[in-house]
Amino acid sequence: MDLVKLTIDNTPVVVEQGTTVLEAARSVGVDIPTLCYMKLDDLEFENKPGGCRVCVVEVEGRRNLAPSCKTACDEGMVVNTHSVRAINARRTVMELILSDHPFECLVCAKSGKCDLQSLAQDLGIREIHYQGEKSHYKGDESPAIIREMDKCIMCRRCETACNDVQTVGTLSAIYRGFESVVAPAFEMDLDHTNCTFCGQCVAVCPTGALIERDYTWQVMDAIVNPKKRVIVQTAPAVRAALGEEFGLEPGTLVTGKMVTALRKIGFDHVFDTDFAADLTIMEEGTELLGRLNKFLEGDKDVKLPMLTSCCPAWVNFFEHHFPEMKDIPSTAKSPQQMFGAIAKTYFANQLKVKREDLVVVSVMPCLAKKYEASREEFSANGDADVNISITTRELAQMIKNANLKFTDLPNDDFDRPMGESSGAGVIFGTTGGVIEAAVRTAYELHTDKELARVDFKELRGFEGIRSATIDFDGLPINIGIAHGLGNARTLLNDIKEGKSEFHAIEIMACPGGCIGGGGQPYHHGDVTVLKRRQKAIYQEDAGKSIRKSHENPYIQKLYTEFLGEPCGEKSHELLHTHYFDKKKKIEI
Amino acid sequence: MVKYKKQIRIALRNCGFINPENVDEYIVREGYAALGNALTNMTPEEVIDVIKNSGLRGRGGGGFPTGLKWELTRKVDADQKYVVCNADEGDPGAFMDRSILEGDPHTVLEAMAINGYCTGASKGLIYIRAEYPLAIKRLKIAIDQAREYGLLGEDIFGTNFSFDVELRYGAGAFVCGEETALIHSMEGLRGEPTVKPPFPSESGYKGMPTNVNNVETYANIPVILLKGADWFSSIGTEKSKGTKVFALAGKVNNVGLIEVPMGTTLREVIFDIGGGIKDGKKFKAVQTGGPSGGCLTENHLDISIDYDNLIASGSMMGSGGMIVMDEDDCMVSMAKFYLDFTVEESCGKCSPCRIGNKRLYEMLDTITQGKGTLEDLSKLRNLANVVKDTSLCGLGQTSPNPVLSTMDNFLDEYMAHVKDGKCPSGQCKALMSYIINADACVGCTLCARVCPVDAISGEKKMAHLIDDDACIKCGACMDKCKFGAIFIQ
Ligand SMILES: Cc1cc2nc3c(=O)[nH]c(=O)nc-3n(C[C@H](O)[C@H](O)[C@H](O)COP(=O)(O)O)c2cc1C
Ligand code: SF4
Ligand code: SF4
Ligand code: SF4
Ligand code: FES
Repeated sequence: MDLVKLTIDNTPVVVEQGTTVLEAARSVGVDIPTLCYMKLDDLEFENKPGGCRVCVVEVEGRRNLAPSCKTACDEGMVVNTHSVRAINARRTVMELILSDHPFECLVCAKSGKCDLQSLAQDLGIREIHYQGEKSHYKGDESPAIIREMDKCIMCRRCETACNDVQTVGTLSAIYRGFESVVAPAFEMDLDHTNCTFCGQCVAVCPTGALIERDYTWQVMDAIVNPKKRVIVQTAPAVRAALGEEFGLEPGTLVTGKMVTALRKIGFDHVFDTDFAADLTIMEEGTELLGRLNKFLEGDKDVKLPMLTSCCPAWVNFFEHHFPEMKDIPSTAKSPQQMFGAIAKTYFANQLKVKREDLVVVSVMPCLAKKYEASREEFSANGDADVNISITTRELAQMIKNANLKFTDLPNDDFDRPMGESSGAGVIFGTTGGVIEAAVRTAYELHTDKELARVDFKELRGFEGIRSATIDFDGLPINIGIAHGLGNARTLLNDIKEGKSEFHAIEIMACPGGCIGGGGQPYHHGDVTVLKRRQKAIYQEDAGKSIRKSHENPYIQKLYTEFLGEPCGEKSHELLHTHYFDKKKKIEI
Repeated sequence: MVKYKKQIRIALRNCGFINPENVDEYIVREGYAALGNALTNMTPEEVIDVIKNSGLRGRGGGGFPTGLKWELTRKVDADQKYVVCNADEGDPGAFMDRSILEGDPHTVLEAMAINGYCTGASKGLIYIRAEYPLAIKRLKIAIDQAREYGLLGEDIFGTNFSFDVELRYGAGAFVCGEETALIHSMEGLRGEPTVKPPFPSESGYKGMPTNVNNVETYANIPVILLKGADWFSSIGTEKSKGTKVFALAGKVNNVGLIEVPMGTTLREVIFDIGGGIKDGKKFKAVQTGGPSGGCLTENHLDISIDYDNLIASGSMMGSGGMIVMDEDDCMVSMAKFYLDFTVEESCGKCSPCRIGNKRLYEMLDTITQGKGTLEDLSKLRNLANVVKDTSLCGLGQTSPNPVLSTMDNFLDEYMAHVKDGKCPSGQCKALMSYIINADACVGCTLCARVCPVDAISGEKKMAHLIDDDACIKCGACMDKCKFGAIFIQ
């Protein structure tokens, strides 16, 4: 690589050719402010439209100011990031952006976590010299996402997430000039588009323009209703991120504190979605072995590779984009919905309450789960299996509403029976985790031998598409992993063209898996946050006494007392689902 | 076209002299001879050298040296390259490119083929606005005839050079004339610019090296090759060679297309070719460079027109719009008029242009309403400078020019609006007062009866009075008064 020498604020810098002025400046401690720019290393997310113009700097010999995020370093360049001209321009541009923003900070869902707000603070904006008309757009409230586009600053991050990373293509810039905004075509509501509700647009939006739909008050209503028994399940990725909302380092595990907080908030039973993850493995693992055996017996019609189905945004994705392949994914429901189905039958019976009087709340890292919970097929007589789905962020809000000093809370354990889980259930929270959990169980069921080692390091990592071959005692099983829907699309296209060598593929819609879900605390562009959450997940797994789903005694009990056998009749009724062709829906 | 001495026809040489729907008439006037000679007797490098030595610079506005651009595109290694002709011509009132395409379509095709030979491209694309149906029709006929004659297609002139041209239609967004936006529009994406570099010559249409030139730039190419670089470079100024076509408009006696050698003075254009100001009024200013050019004054009349002089005086060449204003024109309103255009045409991608131009417009509007303050003037100047300094593409980088140049040259008019609440040219309605001369008024009550907002009071046969606050400055009273008793102040 060729090197170039330049000076930034009188400091000499040597960088590789192609490095931007912004990166070079940051490497020598010069922190140029940015707004639209966002880059997530290893996750193929790079948003550099060069549109906000907050990062402008003065380059000697150049006519106008240069956007540092988009300007490559040149040999001999002399850059001044804090000349009066640059500072004045940056502040004026910021004032312009603010002049077209509703001043609702005090009551905005993003307040305190808003990149626009913190930038205004950092720049010390105390007055907006340019005032005038503000732009207004139609509001949009889907079951999962609320779009308040009056707050949009046209950074285009959501567009990059939706189009480039997820390849869903719901969002794009529409209209022109002062009226321009990022929206679905014809400003349709998200509900009427091919949106997967992955929430990645929400995860990167710097402002309150894109936020989750808040259901915390429905939860409180249920809790205070004396007729209702309210139980809660928490997804694996939540415990690895919730602490961040209370100032703890990313990657701090707060499982025990979270359980205490949920009890104090008033839930009647505090359960773990990890339990349902173990159940998912029993069903999905058995289904995989069934398909493999048929394949080995020479059945030409068997659908391989089998794709996992525990991610609802991914399910939405193939229903919209690859409906012709809807018989390839496993029919197993997601852990959230398996939990709901068992809670409203098996557990309601145990409690001797009517299913309508049992309110199932889920705490998820995810926005698609809000949508999933509202799908008609996941209800009986109009009563949903999972009544309310809230995010990690909403749970943090409830904890704050309950005046709990989270960091001081003691640890506690989940309730039985649906709070017991294996380490395999925990790792559902990260990319690679579902398939590793499945391998642990499928291997032992297939070979009747005990695994010598339970950690499959070859399945772990952060690359968008990974693969490994696992030896099932002489039978090589080819495994693929994709996170991010763009990567999923690549593998799906391979399957479509008959090029796929895999027997099983794990797909998660969000980059990083659930740890990077749309309902998690905001990462503000720092990928290490996701990596630290991932580490925490594996740490919790390693600390568990039971590491394999089929060894969870409460799962075994559930099968003997209630379900019979995996993929049996009862399981099919309660734990499996079917998919729809939704392609036509996008046409208007 | 206005015909006067001091004009030289190079780009417009055939317009009006040939039947544009008949390739033979073009050929008779040495059409396709430059292409034939280039293909059979010259290497691409030799052709590029001629263009470089001629000193030709891009006529689309930027003034980039054309030969250098061709060379840059040539030097990039790629399997497929493209030649693009920018025929978007979005400036209001401009029709130079349309006239060339309607009057001499083959010259553009010939030049594009020469460009293809030089850069190594086999595909040409003309991006033309859909509102130019006649130009499109003639281009289609020309392409068909050229194919029929083997002047486009496979193995042109029996050489192994192949080149063909297709049309692409623009929906009329001004910013789609910006070359990166134009390319995105052709790719079916949103027509918005991207930061350069990379320039189209490295990564353009479908990510391939793409040479974008303007219609008028192309129209110069065949002649340069026929008559030589020396001939061309003998016309014009030191750094701007050849001629430029302008669309002369506004308050001059002769309006229309003109083609003059670089170096002609504004005075010659306006007073000799344009025949001076209409109705014997006084010249006030001339706006060059289209909606984002600057307003030049009396003091600039003797500068010779070329790329660098215009920029040095706070305006620009642009694509060749030239609008003349007289003493009745209000310069604040003028700036507001142009900002109105840019606010409409901004693509919205970058914040200074998207919001800044809107705010500039709003401030100018406040000033023309008589509600501006001195502080507004300094804010206006700061904002105009920042928008220029920080915008992503040429649109936002130049849109404040009308504000800045009128502030530089006509600050007294701005001051009159904000300090005295007066519009010196009497153009800003909000600042006018309709007044009844009590001595001339006979009290006929006619004015009071026509006033749509009942702003006029007075007894019959007594002098009437207009309530200035209620008056909406429609002028109905003045039109009706038979005694000439109502005047404007
Ligand atoms: C806002 C904007 C509009 C433009 N419109 C046109 C146009 O209508 N026609 C044109 O030839 N060039 C236009 N340009 C200039 C082009 O970007 C480009 O520089 C030109 O086509 C290059 O050709 P040339 O080198 O032959 O001038 C425009 C530039 C900007 C910034
Ligand atoms: S939720 Fe996902 S699919 Fe839907 S608009 Fe946002 S990024 Fe696109
Ligand atoms: S909605 Fe949010 S992420 Fe999308 S462009 Fe607007 S501010 Fe940016
Ligand atoms: S300067 Fe204006 S037209 Fe150009 S990119 Fe910015 S918003 Fe779009
Ligand atoms: S951060 Fe560089 S233009 Fe927005």
